[in-house]
Amino acid sequence: MVPILTPLGRTFLVFLEAAGRLVIFTVSALSHCFRPPLYPRLILRQMVEIGYYSLPVVGLTALFSRMVLALQSYTGFGRFSAESAIPQVVVVSITRELGPVLAGLMVAGRIGAAMAAEIGTMRVTEQIDALTTLATNPFKYLVAPRLIAGVITLPLLVVVADIIGVFGGYLVSIYKLGFNASTYITNTIDVLETQDVVSGLVKAAVFGFLITLMGCYNGYHSKGGAQGVGTATTNAVVSASILILSFNYLITELFFAR
Amino acid sequence: MSKPKIRIRGLRKAFGNNLVLDGLDLDVAEGHSQVVIGASGSGKSVLLKCILGLLRPDEGTIEIDGRDVVGLGGRALDEVRAKFGMLFQSAALFDSLNLWENVAFGLVQGKGLSRRKAREIAMERLAEVGIGEELSTLYPAEISGGMRKQVGLARAIATEPEILFFDEPTTGLDPIMGDLIDKLIRKCTRELGATGLSITHDMASARRISDRMALIYRGKVIWNGPTAEMDTSGNAFVEQFIEGRTEGPIEVDFLQEHA
Repeated sequence: MVPILTPLGRTFLVFLEAAGRLVIFTVSALSHCFRPPLYPRLILRQMVEIGYYSLPVVGLTALFSRMVLALQSYTGFGRFSAESAIPQVVVVSITRELGPVLAGLMVAGRIGAAMAAEIGTMRVTEQIDALTTLATNPFKYLVAPRLIAGVITLPLLVVVADIIGVFGGYLVSIYKLGFNASTYITNTIDVLETQDVVSGLVKAAVFGFLITLMGCYNGYHSKGGAQGVGTATTNAVVSASILILSFNYLITELFFAR
Repeated sequence: MSKPKIRIRGLRKAFGNNLVLDGLDLDVAEGHSQVVIGASGSGKSVLLKCILGLLRPDEGTIEIDGRDVVGLGGRALDEVRAKFGMLFQSAALFDSLNLWENVAFGLVQGKGLSRRKAREIAMERLAEVGIGEELSTLYPAEISGGMRKQVGLARAIATEPEILFFDEPTTGLDPIMGDLIDKLIRKCTRELGATGLSITHDMASARRISDRMALIYRGKVIWNGPTAEMDTSGNAFVEQFIEGRTEGPIEVDFLQEHA
């Protein structure tokens, strides 16, 4: 019995240690987000990095995934003669789910990895120690601006992705499936409710927090040179992606469960 | 010895079962340049990180100007760190900032100076270590390892600290560049009137920059005395280390494992 329980117990202790470290990191990072001094210039730079430079990849993902959604919906709904529901399906699925989740996953791949690599490299090359000796708190200088920028920028990115996505569905529906343009737009606007948009934006803000938190956390705790930075980068993307999917369910439950 | 600027007593630090510092005692007098030598893995870097507050010792005291700094946090620790300047082994320049911004960093963030004023001082400091204005807008990735050390030194002295720390200042440099860095360290320390604490295993460099030397072995100071007396210390550990012999009281792990 002992040979089985020993590794199990050891694994459990390692898990508890990692969970504790993450909680302490999160609490410390959050506290620095609300205590001055904040660094507006750094926040702005991160917003440009997260938002502006992610626009092409998020925009293209939004465009093509919604075009496919319109095509697939047409094929599927055609079996029940429900093709007219396509505008509603496209806009609701985009604003509630696909917009924030796909944007979140794409940004996790791009920004989460970049943050983990940058902060991880700073860790293994003693740049974070140098910050500390220059009387600058690394949480305040490196972590807080990224978290704030993530929470602000991802909802903005999702709004743009939603608009591009609806436009993608519109293009396919009008030029490929032969829908009437004005009817399509009217149906889209009529079915859209405030809660659909708000839930999507709340999701985006939470995902923005999770992506930047995982990027910073894994980078900050990386060790062992280039290999350690590589591991941190992988962990940042994987953990952020899993958290995005888990929190997507939780927030959906919170908004829409009856 | 005059009043100690740094006074360390009974410093102990372990990582799991690995005891790195084992009740280490050390005094560094104000205005003196102390070098700590020792083999790789003897605890030199851990000692430095404990003094800087980057690692928390398990036991012992570290007094700076008579004030125990172990366990300090927040503003109290920032006040102590404001007295420090540090040249890291790899220089640890910030990749995202150009050279003058690196040097000005502590002035802007730590001392609250305007960017314009900080730039002026940064340029003066860069000139002191031999980096011309035309190079000041380059980024760390665009310069050589020796130049990075020069810029790192300029950053360390920019805030006019009372205590300067040097972590392996000449490691990875050619002998000529090593000599230049050592001369700059002596010059800058003297001009600032600062206390210096360096760790190195480069004996030539240690002799050039130190007033006193201490040898660490297995987490303890084995010998501590004036640099001029090192060669006649009569200490078997010191003799083995400065002569670079594998035979002697300092046990080499590799040889033990492969005996």
